[in-house]
Amino acid sequence: MKKNSDTVVKVLVPIGALGMGVDQSDVDAGIAQGAHVIACDAGSTDSGPAYLATGLAKYSRDAVKSDLTILMRVQAAAKIPLLIGSCGTSGSDQALDWTRDIALEIAEEFGLTPRIALLYSEQDPKKIASLAESGEISPLPPLETSEPELFRSCDHIVALMGPEPYIAAIEAGADIVLGGRTTDTAVLAAVPLMRGAGSGPAWHAGKIAECGGLCTIRTREGGVMISVGSDHFDVEPLRHGNRCTENTVSAHMLYENSDPFELHEPGGILKVADAKYESLDDRRVRVTGSKFVVRPYTMKLEGAVGLGFQTIMLVGIQDRKVLANVDMFIDRMHSVLVARVNATMGARVGQFDISLRPYGWNAVCGLPVERENSPARELGLLFVATAKTQELATQIAKTCNPWLFHLPVSDTDAMPSYAFPFSPAEIERGQIFEFKLNHVVAVSDWRDFVRTTMLDLEVTCNA
Amino acid sequence: MPKVNDVCRYIRSKNAGPFWITLDLFFTDKEAYEEFASAPHLQPKSIAALYDVDASLVKHFPVPNLNVLKISFPRHAPQGGAMERDMHGGQQYVRLLDVEL
Repeated sequence: MKKNSDTVVKVLVPIGALGMGVDQSDVDAGIAQGAHVIACDAGSTDSGPAYLATGLAKYSRDAVKSDLTILMRVQAAAKIPLLIGSCGTSGSDQALDWTRDIALEIAEEFGLTPRIALLYSEQDPKKIASLAESGEISPLPPLETSEPELFRSCDHIVALMGPEPYIAAIEAGADIVLGGRTTDTAVLAAVPLMRGAGSGPAWHAGKIAECGGLCTIRTREGGVMISVGSDHFDVEPLRHGNRCTENTVSAHMLYENSDPFELHEPGGILKVADAKYESLDDRRVRVTGSKFVVRPYTMKLEGAVGLGFQTIMLVGIQDRKVLANVDMFIDRMHSVLVARVNATMGARVGQFDISLRPYGWNAVCGLPVERENSPARELGLLFVATAKTQELATQIAKTCNPWLFHLPVSDTDAMPSYAFPFSPAEIERGQIFEFKLNHVVAVSDWRDFVRTTMLDLEVTCNA
Repeated sequence: MPKVNDVCRYIRSKNAGPFWITLDLFFTDKEAYEEFASAPHLQPKSIAALYDVDASLVKHFPVPNLNVLKISFPRHAPQGGAMERDMHGGQQYVRLLDVEL
């Protein structure tokens, strides 16, 4: 890639995640400043494994459509690329197709005719398992092994893309690129890298801006613009009145990172230990000294699997005898419930778990409560039954129902009736899921892991 | 003896990916940072004991230009499994607040 020391590439980052509420006037302000590209992501692992395991999106279809409508109409008017990474939360193939269908619907409603590139990065578990067999896959701490069976067991596996597939799609004429799972930074760094900005500043700018307004003083106000040069980048809020300070910008390297100085990306490591943050005025910050050290190309893998099923019940307790003896009561309740399930369901129940979590006491931390703490005024006792099937989990809940409702603190007490808020009391929560992978695969050509499809709506319309 | 909560203006925790928790301790000022960021109870061994994790996996990063101490450690179970109590790890900092320095 050619380097040009005068190059400054402006990336308009409208929001931290597509679906959170893009503001039209913020985007217009960024376009007026001469943005070269609009880029943001639409997903992460942040909200848990269910989204990857099921392929369903976290945000509502209406919320995503509303944001994407603004961005697609601005794209059509300004004629600059629009890049969206990690579509549909997980960036799985199904999640990307869900986003594609929303984009096609918007195009039809507004008479837009963009060329849309779709970047698929979901992987066949069998293919990944065979790469593990041949030693191409390494675990990242705290995981220690890469047995092929681990990969075969996953329902869905995605590989995190770098900027290369986005650059290739733009060079092939795409107006809009909808990507499967991608590193947050890569989507924002793609066009600066393509246009010859410095790699350290491009990647660092991508990290600082990945959550939109989170690097500003009013974190919930709109997005930011990053202007990336050969040896520096500037960051400023899109909204008038909002500000970036040396503190808000540099502190963002801490956010959701286990290491504040290094960030591992597909083709190398961003190193910011020597970065300098300097306010240019009351709203812009300039960052210099960021380095990107090239390393052999790898792609991180994320994988999730469905485990058992859960049925839950919630019961409210104000009974003062219970509140005076919460730990004892919870222990007693737990043994009574487990014994009752074993007695009534026998071997048919299989492996199961009953978890009692008293909200208002220690449900969040699960640690013993120190005695000097003042007693709770109310408890919300959450009952969670986990079993192999939904039917079994619900049978466990129904078996436990009368005891959760009526169990006194001791056998000699009169029968209490605690406060169920719902009828029926049990709620089928559905399947539980777990993240299984924290690995990287060695990659000689990213095209081995990314499939690009180009949709040319103009051609389709004219046909 | 001051507690962690007395010498920091802001303390937060969050997942750093599905397998790690990260704690950010923003000390009140430079003086508080210099006096307390290196306290024994904020070293990997003490953090490992407090959160019941392997001390050799605890990462410890002083960030002097921000008066921040960053500490990261592996989760007991990956985010979102059957026994999850704090999906985003956002409440894990609380047990640090009353630690005496």
